[in-house]
Amino acid sequence: MSVSLPALLSQLLLGLVNGSFYAMLSLGLAVIFGLLNVINFAHGALFMMGAVLTWMAMNYFEVNYWVMLVVAPVIVGLFGVLIERLLLRWIYKLDHLYGLLLTLGLTLLIEGLFRSVYGVSGLAYDTPDALSGAFNLGFMILPKYRAWVVVASLVVCVATWFLIEKTRIGAYLRAGTENPRLVEAFGVNVPLMITLTYGFGVALAAFAGVLAAPVIQVSPLMGQNLIIVVFAVVVIGGMGSIMGAILTGLGLGVVEGLTKVFYPEASSTVVFVIMVIVLLIRPAGLFGKEK
Amino acid sequence: MNKSILGYGLLFLALLAAPFMGAYPVFMMKLLCFALFASAFNLLLGYTGLLSFGHAAFLGGSAYVAGHAMKVWGVTPELGLILGTATGALLGWVFGLLAIRRQGIYFAMITLALAQMVFFIALQAKFTGGEDGLQAVPRGKLFGVLDLSSDLTMYYVALLIVAAAFALIVRTIHSPFGQVLKGIKENEPRALSLGYDVSRFKLLAFVISAALSGLAGSLKTLVLGFATLTDVHWSSSGSVILMTLLGGLGTLSGPLVGAAVVVALENKIGELGNLLAGLTRVEWFNTLGESVTIVTGLIFVVCVLAFRRGIMGEVIALFTRGGGKRAGAAGGGH
Amino acid sequence: MKHWISPIALACGLALAAGAAQAQDKVRIGFVTDMSSLYSDVEGKGGALAIQMAIDDFGGKVLGMPIELLTADHQNKADIAASKAREWIDTQNLTMLFGGTTSSTGLAMAKVAQEKKRVFMVNGAGTSALTNEQCSPYTVHYAYDTVALAKGTGGAVVDQGGKSWFFLTADYAFGTALEADTSKVVKEKGGTVVGSVKHPLNTSDFSSFLVQAQNSKAQILGLANAGGDTINAIKAAKEFGVTKTMKLAGLLVFVSDIHSLGLKNTEGLLLTTSWDWNLDDRTRAFGKKYFDKTKRMPTDLQAADYSATMTYLKAVEAAKSIDADKVMAQLKSMKIDDFYAKGTIRADGRFVHDMYLMQVKSPAESKQAWDYYKVVAKLPGEQVFTTKAESKCALWK
Repeated sequence: MSVSLPALLSQLLLGLVNGSFYAMLSLGLAVIFGLLNVINFAHGALFMMGAVLTWMAMNYFEVNYWVMLVVAPVIVGLFGVLIERLLLRWIYKLDHLYGLLLTLGLTLLIEGLFRSVYGVSGLAYDTPDALSGAFNLGFMILPKYRAWVVVASLVVCVATWFLIEKTRIGAYLRAGTENPRLVEAFGVNVPLMITLTYGFGVALAAFAGVLAAPVIQVSPLMGQNLIIVVFAVVVIGGMGSIMGAILTGLGLGVVEGLTKVFYPEASSTVVFVIMVIVLLIRPAGLFGKEK
Repeated sequence: MNKSILGYGLLFLALLAAPFMGAYPVFMMKLLCFALFASAFNLLLGYTGLLSFGHAAFLGGSAYVAGHAMKVWGVTPELGLILGTATGALLGWVFGLLAIRRQGIYFAMITLALAQMVFFIALQAKFTGGEDGLQAVPRGKLFGVLDLSSDLTMYYVALLIVAAAFALIVRTIHSPFGQVLKGIKENEPRALSLGYDVSRFKLLAFVISAALSGLAGSLKTLVLGFATLTDVHWSSSGSVILMTLLGGLGTLSGPLVGAAVVVALENKIGELGNLLAGLTRVEWFNTLGESVTIVTGLIFVVCVLAFRRGIMGEVIALFTRGGGKRAGAAGGGH
Repeated sequence: MKHWISPIALACGLALAAGAAQAQDKVRIGFVTDMSSLYSDVEGKGGALAIQMAIDDFGGKVLGMPIELLTADHQNKADIAASKAREWIDTQNLTMLFGGTTSSTGLAMAKVAQEKKRVFMVNGAGTSALTNEQCSPYTVHYAYDTVALAKGTGGAVVDQGGKSWFFLTADYAFGTALEADTSKVVKEKGGTVVGSVKHPLNTSDFSSFLVQAQNSKAQILGLANAGGDTINAIKAAKEFGVTKTMKLAGLLVFVSDIHSLGLKNTEGLLLTTSWDWNLDDRTRAFGKKYFDKTKRMPTDLQAADYSATMTYLKAVEAAKSIDADKVMAQLKSMKIDDFYAKGTIRADGRFVHDMYLMQVKSPAESKQAWDYYKVVAKLPGEQVFTTKAESKCALWK
């Protein structure tokens, strides 16, 4: 099958756009697992909440997109804090399995509740005016909004990575999860840190949701399709690694983009093939550390 | 051990009599198939400590193969079931070879990834019928003589098969092989240091679990007359985890109870809602029929937080504490 | 000692499973559809409501027996649909069965109905196999099917000048069938299929596929998918400016999809439907009645549910019996003419009536909420459904 260079270039660029979105979404998951050892299956549902809140704000209160970029993550983040305090903290000492099952149950609950109110066809959310229209790149048309998604995602990803790997707070966090008693002995409030971390990871998911609202139809089930792929990304990248999640997210976007050109039907399965191959060669993922 | 034989004997008798007490045979058969599926899964999770996210591949893959064999090749039901079980075993062997080397969440994710690939194949392959499913699988004649088209006849045959398979699981768990599995679950390094080839044991457990899941899937196809994508979808993998968790991990009767509750939930929630609405006069219960996901989610959450031993686990713990003399019974949960 | 717990616990479970057979004192209509997932807006609870409305408007009784409606959610799982249907027939003396959305559940239920000899009317499922390869003497396929959609949209669009096509197809049996049927019609009418691309089911991002479509330079983009995939594809098409150079033809689109997308995203979209509430006074009257109860206008499937129920009850009255064979004979000989459609039911179970090629209005053209469609062409039933020559159904030879 002959593919022209412009066509290939456009698919690569689109792949990068999607990849930055995957990176953004996997980031929260990687933060939560890497620092808290909780497999947060509810990530998809929380992403959906971010998008739905954005829609609700516009629809009921005429609050615009830019405000929601900040407000939605805060609200959902607070909700995450609530989940952590009320539910998650009881299961930290247990096997990973329970965290997964608990958050799976939460997902079903949240999605089911929203669905019973809003149905499944979804709610339309318009692209904010400042970002509508497109750039004509010659070999393809790139909507301005998609370019914005890349920029916003990459900024947040890099900022988060920096925060966790390079700052003092990040150091406390990492130390706190490895050896909570010791860090507490130094006067750091470890449980509070853990709660806030979960809230932060959740807020990242919600931020991705706000970004997604103008692009994907806002529907209570919108997280379902993405959650498995995002999981795969985090596993491939290495479950503890922030940088791993970011790079794998980007990489996967590109690989998927290429698959869509040459074997489109398999584009949603290729991530699993990659996962099996990676896990066989590097058991802890590409950048992970074997625990 | 004698007590448990008595208990299961009573259960078997109850099941034999069930159709005459007004139970609906097709629903019971569905229950039996899922009870077998959950028990097979529990062999791997509760007794060997391996969490697989890909069991739908065994359930569904075998369902399709058995269905195709019985419908298109015209084989008799017992051959169809054997072929299905063999498919489960084969898939289990392949999955096992690839996944066994890894631990914990990575093991689970590999099984999930492999199951997704099986799903993709099922979606693409012509013989599965894709979205429409493999329909119109005939009941046929068992061994060429016994006509299975009557629901009652089919029920007793299914009951015998599931009882035999369950007995096999019980035997496996109580055998030396089963003891090693438990040892691996509790302390793998120690088992290794004792000289056991841990990987081989795990693989064998995986294959047995997959084969019996395949039997469950094939039997389901025979009973209901079709195999669809739902059987290979990851939600079926999630469903069997819920059944086992709800019923009680590492107990023998747990999966049976868990399967019963989950299947009943899926099929009867509308009626349960109407019943509750009638009893409590709360109108909202009538809409329960549309809320299967919400109720399932709630059960998951409650189970993990407060109910981790599952229904049978809690019941057994209750009686073990109460009947102190028998508390020491180290035969492993029943 | 602890081991008698299991049998007791399971005996309780058995009690749940037990259902004493009921005497034939009521006419029971069973409706199984997707009430909670992908397709719940298209028919779902609204369909159940429509059926109940018809029962009430009919008087709540037929042949002196009260009519009871049973509903269930099959969650898009054929297992649940078939099991429920079977159980209702075996333990609740079900009189007739209504099939809802999703072709796999429709086919499974049709088999059960055939085995147990009950009238089975289906609106939600689209597969033409119901009246073709898998036809049954007890199936009535009432609203639409994939052949009608293909011939309707494909044929009429080519007639309107849309000659070169590119297909965006959902990679599963339904999507492939839609694409194949439509391509055939397009080519027969002198059009060309420039290319196509298959996407996995439940794709959220269509950007890559749409760019491929744009590069094909075809006039028409055929959307051979449904539900969330169609919605997301349409949204992205607008975003990427595809709608500036190509016209979109949705092969399976419902008015609830348009409502959730909004006219800004969907204006100009071409689609085929069996009914719209705004067609004439009769349809508007029904629309208003339905809206008063639900605050939403009915989709064509929900309207079909009402109409099919009425038709069934009238057939029972005319046949003076609830026996499936007698009622089916009556159904296949009646002339149907109500707010939904005018036509007759063929020997293969297909209700033949006109379909409409619609184009979605622009926001300026729409005078009120739910006023979304303008009629481009009315497609006569004999032309859009499967013809005798094409049919493999033994009942129609």
